[in-house]
Amino acid sequence: MTVLLTPPTRTPAAALPPVTPQRRWGTPVAYIVAVVVVALMLAPVLFIIIGGFRTNAQITTDPSGFPSVWEFGNYLDVLSGGVFWRLVGNSLIAGLATTLGVVVLGLMASYVLARYSFRGRAALYAIFAAGLMFPMTVAITPLYLVVKNLGLMNSLGGVILPQIAFALPTTIIILVPFLRAIPDEIQEAAFIDGCSRLGFFWRMIVPLAMPGVITVGILAFIGSWNSYLLPLFILNNEAVFTLPLGVQSFASQYSVDTAKVLAFTSLSMIPALVFFALFERRIVGGLTGAVKG
Amino acid sequence: MSVRERISAQLEVDLSKRGATGTTPVAPRARRRVSWGARTEIAVLVGPALVVFLGFVIFPVVMAAYYGFFSWQGYGPATDFVGFRNYVTILQDPTFQEALTHNGIIVVLSLVLQGPVAILLALLLNRKLTGQSLIRVLIFVPYVISEVVVGTGWSLMLQSNGAVNGMLDKLGLGALKQDWLSNPDIAIWTLMVIITWKYVGFAVILFLAGLQGIPEELPEAAAIDGASFWQIQRHITLPLLAPTLRIWAFLSIIGALQLFDLVYIIWGQYIASTAGTSTMATYLVANGRNAGNFGYGNAVAVVLFLISLIVALIYQRYVLRRDTEGAITGKGQSR
Repeated sequence: MTVLLTPPTRTPAAALPPVTPQRRWGTPVAYIVAVVVVALMLAPVLFIIIGGFRTNAQITTDPSGFPSVWEFGNYLDVLSGGVFWRLVGNSLIAGLATTLGVVVLGLMASYVLARYSFRGRAALYAIFAAGLMFPMTVAITPLYLVVKNLGLMNSLGGVILPQIAFALPTTIIILVPFLRAIPDEIQEAAFIDGCSRLGFFWRMIVPLAMPGVITVGILAFIGSWNSYLLPLFILNNEAVFTLPLGVQSFASQYSVDTAKVLAFTSLSMIPALVFFALFERRIVGGLTGAVKG
Repeated sequence: MSVRERISAQLEVDLSKRGATGTTPVAPRARRRVSWGARTEIAVLVGPALVVFLGFVIFPVVMAAYYGFFSWQGYGPATDFVGFRNYVTILQDPTFQEALTHNGIIVVLSLVLQGPVAILLALLLNRKLTGQSLIRVLIFVPYVISEVVVGTGWSLMLQSNGAVNGMLDKLGLGALKQDWLSNPDIAIWTLMVIITWKYVGFAVILFLAGLQGIPEELPEAAAIDGASFWQIQRHITLPLLAPTLRIWAFLSIIGALQLFDLVYIIWGQYIASTAGTSTMATYLVANGRNAGNFGYGNAVAVVLFLISLIVALIYQRYVLRRDTEGAITGKGQSR
């Protein structure tokens, strides 16, 4: 059973072979380069975080300095106000609902595409795969009209449904080979034991597909959490803003209060960073796996 | 499907459900029943995904192509058919040509800037380094942060009285101080720096995964034969990494053609031709929805799509053909 849990088609970072043998003379160079690069990568992030601990006066007189007095008021203001938490709540609802929808619909469709043989299956797969060619940017205006006609403007549902739809191609392309790799013997054994195809789906496919489902779910969640264009079109009411819209509106609303904008921005990074830290291997494995096709 | 057929199909489902715990069907009649049941199962399982997908992806894309032929403000049905006039206007609009040029610059510079840097980093990191996984995570951080945070943070740093200019002053390089954001000649370079910063980590991760798929024996054998570290990289590692490089380049090109979030967040409030920078996608939003010209915006979307499609097809035809056929569209997958 445990062997089956690893999809044979792709190798997540965890299962990669050990790296090439060490070459002693190269190592210090590698370290120096690595430190420089990491410093460059983190500098802007640290600027945002540390800037939130300064006052506007400090920022104006010395825009690139460290806090002379650490000022916690900006962060406390943001955290004690309701706006930030409402945005986090909205983003969380949109993210979780999108993830759930993508996983449920994607798994059901992938199961059929992977394990049923019927006429038109290839065409069906091609239709879903063609979705990869259409980025949301191209369809955004009519999409906005569809959502408007469904009466879903200014509601999270109007963001969630299109996000599910646009995440389906990737999901199906990742899950189909995964489900196909489950040996036929298991299916036959289950049928002989009197399991129906749907019963097989619930009892065997869903548990066996878990690693793939988790990868797909994480990709969908991060996509939704960071998504900007769609909420920008659909959500015009501050009450339903998601985090990205909220950050932008906060930044323009309080454009004179730079320190507070920095505090707000850095707090809004935290959920994504925590999520990334928790699932780093899966995310990296999922991305490289998805790309390698 | 007639009503009667639908009812009988429904009945079959109920029957097959009830029969789920029973024995496997053997008789010919039973086989037909399974086929009906299977058909319903297929419909029930694929149906929801297909409806959502057709409704929110395919239908809007088709409608975009349709509305592109109308002059239409987004209210009521589109009646003012203008043929290809929207397309003529788009292609003649200097602002669009400028946006298109920016996209072209971004495509080329993304490859030129990120590619070598990422290859070098991946080669250096593909060895036993204490803290290698930490370095890998930290390099990847900018990729995970949302575009809005990146845009907001960088625009604050790059303001004329922001941290970057402040830092230059401190280092005694005050002469290098620039108006990083609004001067259009500089803005495109500023954008390239931000793009490189944000996406180079993704390339590194991708290349590292590719490098680790290379069998250890090859570089080892070369080392025994006396090849130097860089010789090994040049003649063994890089050629074996080529498929990963080609796929990365493809993703990078398509991403650069459709770039929107970062540019719109930093420069969305600017008027492109006089200040800041723009892309086809920000042109789409500014001249479509924001200007109330929905027909025109859709025509821009079609142009953007066609350009991406043509580039993708050419790339697949001439570059990706060496690798597994159709790997990008998934059409060649084990079917």
